[in-house]
Amino acid sequence: MTWWDMLVPLLAAAVQSGTPILFATLGEIFTERAGVLNLGVEGVMLMGALAGFLTSKWTGSPALGFAVGGLSGAGLSGLHGLVCIGFSGNQVVSGLALTILGTGLADYLGTPFIGQGAPGFDPVPVPGLSEIPAVGSIFFRHDPLVYVSYAIPPLMWLFFRNTRWGLRLRAVGEYPHAAAAAGLNVSAFRWAGVLVGGFLCGAGGAYLSLAYTHLWTSGLSAGRGWIAVALVIFAFWHPGRAVVGAYFFGGVMAFQFRLQATGTHIPSSLLLMLPYALTILVLVFSSWRGRGDQAPAFLGVSVPPGE
Amino acid sequence: MISPFRIVKREAPLAWGACLVISGAVLFALGIGMGMLSLQGKPPLSGMGLLLQGAFGSRWALEDCVGKAVPIYLCSLGVAVAFRLQVWNIGAEGQFALGAVGAAWAVYRFSTLPGWTLIPLMMLVAFAAGAFWGLIPAFLKLRMRANEIIVTLMMNYIAIFFLDYLVYGRWKDPSSFGFPMTPTFPDSAVVGRIGGTNLNWGLLLCIVSGLLVWVFFRHTRLGFELKAGGQSLQAARYARLPYENLVVLVMVLSGGLAGWAGFIEASATLNRLQPSIMVGYGYTAIVVAWLAQLNPLYIGIAAFLLAGLRVGGENLQLELQVPAAFGEILEGLILLSVLAASFFIRYRLAPRRRS
Repeated sequence: MTWWDMLVPLLAAAVQSGTPILFATLGEIFTERAGVLNLGVEGVMLMGALAGFLTSKWTGSPALGFAVGGLSGAGLSGLHGLVCIGFSGNQVVSGLALTILGTGLADYLGTPFIGQGAPGFDPVPVPGLSEIPAVGSIFFRHDPLVYVSYAIPPLMWLFFRNTRWGLRLRAVGEYPHAAAAAGLNVSAFRWAGVLVGGFLCGAGGAYLSLAYTHLWTSGLSAGRGWIAVALVIFAFWHPGRAVVGAYFFGGVMAFQFRLQATGTHIPSSLLLMLPYALTILVLVFSSWRGRGDQAPAFLGVSVPPGE
Repeated sequence: MISPFRIVKREAPLAWGACLVISGAVLFALGIGMGMLSLQGKPPLSGMGLLLQGAFGSRWALEDCVGKAVPIYLCSLGVAVAFRLQVWNIGAEGQFALGAVGAAWAVYRFSTLPGWTLIPLMMLVAFAAGAFWGLIPAFLKLRMRANEIIVTLMMNYIAIFFLDYLVYGRWKDPSSFGFPMTPTFPDSAVVGRIGGTNLNWGLLLCIVSGLLVWVFFRHTRLGFELKAGGQSLQAARYARLPYENLVVLVMVLSGGLAGWAGFIEASATLNRLQPSIMVGYGYTAIVVAWLAQLNPLYIGIAAFLLAGLRVGGENLQLELQVPAAFGEILEGLILLSVLAASFFIRYRLAPRRRS
């Protein structure tokens, strides 16, 4: 077997295991662009994973499961919106509370289903495109949700750049007082940011249970939500760069599992550290290069009532 | 539709507001918890009874609460010191793990020392190990502008896998029948119990550290600078406070205190290192610190109450087969409701006048 024969399946696996991270990263970018920092992604993903799994198990429809996973993500993020937008609470602490709550809820409701399976998504090769050498195997022999995820970054890019609503949403994140003075309803835009972003994070979680593992275990997201939060900084809040980051981490995770499967002498606990250590490295690198000024200027700052 | 109320800023913060808010939030969260129980066909009232009785209903239970409150208190005190400067150290869990590893290292390296030198040595190494784990994010924050929330969180995962690596491999007890655990500590490395109770001397460590932190913030110049720096970073810069040194200081203290919590758990509770030492005290500590508004005394009360939630939750799990995560849900709900309800300390609703 040549290195090429090994590389192509690894890259294909990178795309697949990067997809849940991509959904979550795009969701968090959307939320943060509206000026709200939601550190609850990890909990939101777990909730989405469980809701998607249970829906698919009970209705037999993975597509419905995916939708419900996204909606439950939006619902849980709605609590964050209520605390931070409705009651101008501290966004950092509220996000952490959301992670604790979401993890707890998913554990609590999911305990009876640990190890059980549910109907999920299977790979559907795209006719024509999947026949392209290498590229076809890497990008076009996946489940339909991966193809859905291909569409989101360009759409989000167009939305932020070329639509009235996208520009307004960004304005609310950059300078809410000016946006309010221009007659925009700051709270409404921030709510939209939280809910749409929460939907995407929940959908990323649902991808994990419906397409990645096809079964439920506790702690399914294993820190992917936090990796997504880090990738937002790496991506400088641009949907396009999120793709690069998500597939890179997908690749790291796929590589680590393959290495474990080959029966290497490296202890598995050391291998498992890899994605988290790399997250720190990537974060350090992008913060150092990016100087942090790409962040929406009013990210994490609540706007008190009457201002 | 225009709401019949408008939001008005209070001229002075609501008196006893924090107290009202926290009790309201706890009641609200317990109410939701009861709703969840009844949705699952379990008796809500007796469920809450079991929770409270399991936590505070007997001397044994109370001692268990205090025992669990000790590591939560130490972690939370550390978290509070960092939060005072608005340095978001979410890494108590990992610093706790490193402290436990450090203490165990001291035991196996110097196992022949008598207790009166070994235990202080363990404390020193545990503090240093936790502080080291806190220094890395501090350094990355100051030199590379890396967000400390994400770095400390990722370092939690790394620390836990490092602990796993040791107990599953290098430090595994050859006579443990394959269980992932290190050999039992010698008696000289075990922090003893107080009198005839089930409580260990870690309680004293909490009281002393709490007093020291209180005095530090209340009566020293450095502590005052820290508080000022936390209230306004711009003011701190204007007053030329040594912000970088302050960040390093709080992360060392924060990590060291969490490291001590790990030392107490390894030495007094488990007498060895094993994966089950990680039960999320470092995350509960964040909830506790925020509920207690970063005040060392209130942290004691909140740590005791949330330890009670854990102990009572175990009882609920035993009697009604309610999953252990029930307590975690209540923790998250309490914190969210406190955050939301604190709004009413600063604002009030006034009826809109008809015009």
